[in-house]
Parts: sequence; C-alpha cells; structure tokens
Amino acid sequence: MSSLEIKNLHVSIGEKEIVKGFTLTINSGEVHAIMGPNGTGKSTLSKAIAGHPDYKITQGEVLVDGKSILELEADERARAGIFLAFQYPSEITGVSIANFLRAALQARLAEGEELDASAYYKRLYDKMDRLKIDRKFTSRAVNEGFSGGEKKRCEILQMAMLEPKFALMDETDSGLDIDALRIVAEGVNAMRGPNLGVLLITHYQRLLDYIVPDHVHVMYDGQIVKSGDKSLALELEAKGYDWVKKEFATASAR
Amino acid sequence: MKPSPDTLPADEATAVENPVSGIDQSSGNFRYEMDYAFDAGTGLTENTVRYISEVKKEASWLLDFRLNALKTFHSKPLPTHWATKDLENINFDKIRYYLSQGLKPKRTWEEVPDDIKKTFERLGIPEQERKFLAGVEAQFDSEAAYSNIKEIVSKQGVIFVNSTEGLREHPELFRKFFGKVIPTGDNKFSALNSAVFSGGSFIYVPPGVKVAQPLQAYFRINAENFGQFERTLIIADEGSEVTYMEGCTAPKFSTSTLHSAVVELVALKGAKIQYITVQNWSSNVFNLVTKRGVAHEMAEIKWIDCNIGSRLTMKYPGVVLKGRKARGEVISIALANDGQHQDTGAKMIHQADETTSNIVAKSISVGQGRSTYRGQVHIPKHLKGCKNNTECDALLINTNSRTDTYPAITVKGDRNAVQHEASVSKVNEEMIFYMQQRGLTEGQAMSLAVNGFINDLARQFPMEYSVELKRLIDLEMEGSVG
Repeated sequence: MSSLEIKNLHVSIGEKEIVKGFTLTINSGEVHAIMGPNGTGKSTLSKAIAGHPDYKITQGEVLVDGKSILELEADERARAGIFLAFQYPSEITGVSIANFLRAALQARLAEGEELDASAYYKRLYDKMDRLKIDRKFTSRAVNEGFSGGEKKRCEILQMAMLEPKFALMDETDSGLDIDALRIVAEGVNAMRGPNLGVLLITHYQRLLDYIVPDHVHVMYDGQIVKSGDKSLALELEAKGYDWVKKEFATASAR
Repeated sequence: MKPSPDTLPADEATAVENPVSGIDQSSGNFRYEMDYAFDAGTGLTENTVRYISEVKKEASWLLDFRLNALKTFHSKPLPTHWATKDLENINFDKIRYYLSQGLKPKRTWEEVPDDIKKTFERLGIPEQERKFLAGVEAQFDSEAAYSNIKEIVSKQGVIFVNSTEGLREHPELFRKFFGKVIPTGDNKFSALNSAVFSGGSFIYVPPGVKVAQPLQAYFRINAENFGQFERTLIIADEGSEVTYMEGCTAPKFSTSTLHSAVVELVALKGAKIQYITVQNWSSNVFNLVTKRGVAHEMAEIKWIDCNIGSRLTMKYPGVVLKGRKARGEVISIALANDGQHQDTGAKMIHQADETTSNIVAKSISVGQGRSTYRGQVHIPKHLKGCKNNTECDALLINTNSRTDTYPAITVKGDRNAVQHEASVSKVNEEMIFYMQQRGLTEGQAMSLAVNGFINDLARQFPMEYSVELKRLIDLEMEGSVG
C-alpha cells in the first residue's frame, strides 16, 4: 500500500504561476480523475510532479509514502514509482520500443547487475498479448511515425512493463477515436488493482465511461474547486464548465 | 630542419643498444638515426628517410620514391587556406618518424592515466591488449589468430601480409598499383606518408575469389601495424570480393602526435571491396589520413568509416568511378567531443557512364566539439546515367557544439542525377525528459539518443564492432551532461 500526497502545490512556468495550491492524496488501488477546462493547470500539475525542469515548484510538497520527491531528478522520481503517460510523447529516432524498455528496466537494476534478456522478452511478449499488441510493434522506433492511437498504446505498454506505483495519465484520450480509446481503457483497467494508484487527467467525461474513477475532482485556476464521485463527471458533462467557473467566481468573491 | 652535427651521438654504446637487429651497424651512416631512435625530439631529413629504407632493406627504386616524396612534402604548403589553422600547430621537428621494432616502451602501466584504464575496463578489452594499446608493450602477440586467418585465405591464393613483406615478396604486383590511386603529390600528408611509411597491409585477392571472413588488422596488432605512417594497398582482382577491417574502439593512447596513413584500394572489373575503420585516437593526435579507391567496370567500393577521438581528424575517403556501372559508397560516423575537431567527408569522382555513388555521413558534436562535413562529388558533362545521393546529418548535443557542412557537388550536363539532403538537429530536451521519465539518467538518455541517431549506419558494422561502438558512445556521453 503506497500513497502519493500532493500538498498545497504551487507551480510556475517562468514568472507565471499556473498551479496555485493543489492538494490531493492518492492511495494505491484508487483511480482519481481530474477534470477541468483547458489552461487550468492539469498538464502542468502532472509534469511538475514528474520533475520536468521547466516547471518550477515554488511552494508545497509531493510525498511518496511519506517521503518528499521534490529534491529528486526526473529519472529518480520515475524509479521511485512515478509514471507519466504523456499527452504528446516524444519520438526517439533509431531506438526500438523493445530496446528502450530494456534500457529503462536496466536502469532500475543495481550497478553491475544485468537484465535477463530472455526473461525480459518473455514478459514483454506476455504483456503485449494481454494488451492485444502485435509482436512487430516493439521493433519499431519509439513513437516514430506513430498514429495517435499507436502512441497511446506505446505509453500503455511502457506503463505495463515498468509497473509504477502511481500513473499520471495526461489527457490520454486526446486525439483518439472510439476504438483506440477503448483499447487504451482496457489496458488501464487491466492494470488497475491494489498496487497501482492512477491520476487520470481529462477534459472530457467520455473517457470516464470506460475507466470508471473512484473519485472525480474539478480543477479550475490551478486548484481543486470541487470533488465528488463519478456522478460529478456526469453533472459536469450536463452543465458544462461554465457552471464551475461561475461557482468559483462566487466563492472567490465571498 | 637540418640537425646540427653536435647532437649526433657517435659513441659505441649507442650502437650496441641499437634495437634493430640483423642490421650491420658498421656499414652505412646510422649515427644520426641512432639518435632519433632514442630521442623523440628529432625531425625529418633525407637521413631519416634513408635510414627507414635501409632498415627495411628496400630496393633502390623505393628509396628514390621516398626521397622524391620528401621533396614534395617540403615543397607543399599546409592546406590552411581551406582547412583549419590548427594544422600549423603540428611541429614536424618534434615528431619521431620511425619506431624501430623491439624498441623498449618507456611507459609503465602505472603511468597510464586512470581514465584510459577505466575505458579499457568498461570496453572489456583483454588484459594483454590493454597494455599494448596504452603503449606499455610494443608488441601484442596475436600471431595465433592472425596466422589462422592467413592460413585459411592463403589456400584461396589470397596474399595478406604487411606492406614491408609485400614489397619484399611481391614487388611486381605491389609496384604496379602502389602510388597509382593516391599519387605522392596528392596532398602534403600523402607526400609525408610516401616518404616515411612503414607498416600497414598488403592484400591481393585473385580473380573470382570471395573471401568469406573479414580480414582484420586488429588481429595483428604490433608497433609497426599500429604505427603512425602505415601504408595499405588492397587489390581485388576481377570478380573477387573482400572485406577489410582496421582499428578498434579502444582508445589508442599515443605519445606520438601525428598519424598520417595512406590507403589505396583497387577493385578491378566486377570486384567488391569493403573497408571498415573504427578509430578512437587519444585527444592529442592529429589524424590526417588519405584513403581512396579506384573502381573499375561493374566494381564496387564501400568505405565504412567511424572516427571518434583525436585532436583533429581530416579524412575524406574517396572512390574514383573509373569503369562503366562502377559503384562507390561512403558511410561515415564522426563524434567530436570537447577539444576535438572531426573534419570528415567523402569524395566521389565519376569518370564513366552509369556510375553511381552514395554518401551517408552522420556527425555528433558534444560539448565544445566541432564536426565538419566536406564532400566532393564530380560528374563531368560528357557522362550520362550517373547518380549520386548525398545525405549528411549533424546532431548537436550542447548549445556550444558546432557543425559545418561544405558539400561541393559539381554536376555538368543534364543526363545525370544528384540528390542532396542535409540536416542539423539538436538533442531535444523534451525527448530527454521523456526518457528520464522512464527511469534513464540524463547521461543514459543522451547515449540512447545518440545511438539511435546513428543506428541505421551502426547496423552496417560487423556485430562486435557495433556493440563496442555503442559502449564507446555510452562512455563518451557520460561526461557530456550536467
């Protein structure tokens, strides 16, 4: 049982503050959805937690199992169990998915320890079968020339192989058609369980039809303004984000 | 350049210590030469050339050839009007031009710098070879492996010997092709090599013979072969095929600061030669090498050239496409780290109809490293059906890295086709973050990015070379971050 605690987090890009006091605790086994209009700080939040150098945390804490991760480099945070599924994953020319994952797993071993290649491929192929991914897929260069759906599938496969404690999924549904969406959701649902906590960032409620969250939070102007269960997502869908904006404005005015 | 007579030791003791066995010390004037054999601070004169020729018991035509070359060397200016001014820092008077075999190395293992030792360790270089590469031992006994290959190929009638032996035992063959592809006066450094060359390989493959395994210079490392001024001549007779590999990815820790080789290839009708080089010179070395091949009708010459290390490398492997339907190819990888300048490229000289050439060059500049691509493609007006494809891609790792591209493509007439593509890219920060987010350190991420960048070319190397190359890039990239 692990916990990811985000306490009063403030994040700036350059001089501009984007996340303004975000607080949330995610325990393993839970799926939290963060919804909110564009430009409200959802992606910034996930990148800051993952340790992107352009995102400056000016205040607050991020703890994994009670220990701060803010002093850690991005790769150390990753090895501590944080996985970020990117909205726009990078292409890595000339590096196959199989080799990339192998390097990522190798990086988790102690110095001098060698990854068992045959056990690795066995596990890789097993995961691919479960995610219904063609075997040829992993010999392609990471994200190079991939369709939107392939990119997301590649993220899901990496997540399955790296077995993080917490997955931050940044707009995983963006740019996906309904079939691709279903495949991605199936992948996440298959990994759901007592060892994984998920922060699902999405603009649309559509994804939540496939990945049903335990908690839904509405983010606006850099912080959570409303929390509830999955019905909140439906309410939001019906009333639109203007409803939140208005409510927030009234709350701030008081 | 002339040595003053009072620096010449005349005492008998020096003569006794002469490392060159089997030479009658009482005849000939060795006094000056004995001096420089033990003193690296001596320059280049006619005496030097005479000494080398004498030690090698060479025929008089070769001595004349060397002496003429020396004159050419002295008369030619440094090519600083187009090349880097750094060439002016070569002090020709301070260079030792011939290292006698059997000369005791002056360095002990303890004196070898730690980073070099560490690199050997990481590359998994065998103990014995480490000492040789570090200059602790002058000889590396790998005769067993070498004679094994030699035995196999000699059954096919292939001649595979060092150039000294080649000159001695196959003078007609040698002389017929020697200096024909790269004439002495081609450039200042080919002239220098022609004057003082020693070591290198001589290979002759008879008509129709296809040599199954690559011939490796690596298997016969010794002081001479890994020398500063080696001369290699490979002749593939009609319809034959041969692959030659030289160098290794281990850093060649050299106290000598100038390496200037000449490599000539001759592919007769329908023959195929593939020449693979992986070199990693220590960062004090000027590596100025002339490599060219002549491809006759339907013949194919392919240079695969990988340059890492050195202070300055200038190397532009070329193919003269002399016969109809001849093909030439240069695959080049260069990595320039801090304080290094890789000035590399290719030359394709089309001289017959329907000849095709392909150049793919990739360079990586790390830190303040600088890489330069120079290409020359020449297709004269009277030819038809010729094709050239040139691709050069540069990758910059840091903001202060530098790359320049000088493609000179002269195509006359309208019956020929050329294609040229060039790109410069910087390692993308988002990509590095992406990889770090998967658990790779920044250094590991950089290595992977660089290995990915050259992957399509590295795959053309033999397996063991490409594995070593990958490890070497990992090492080079380690210090590049932070």
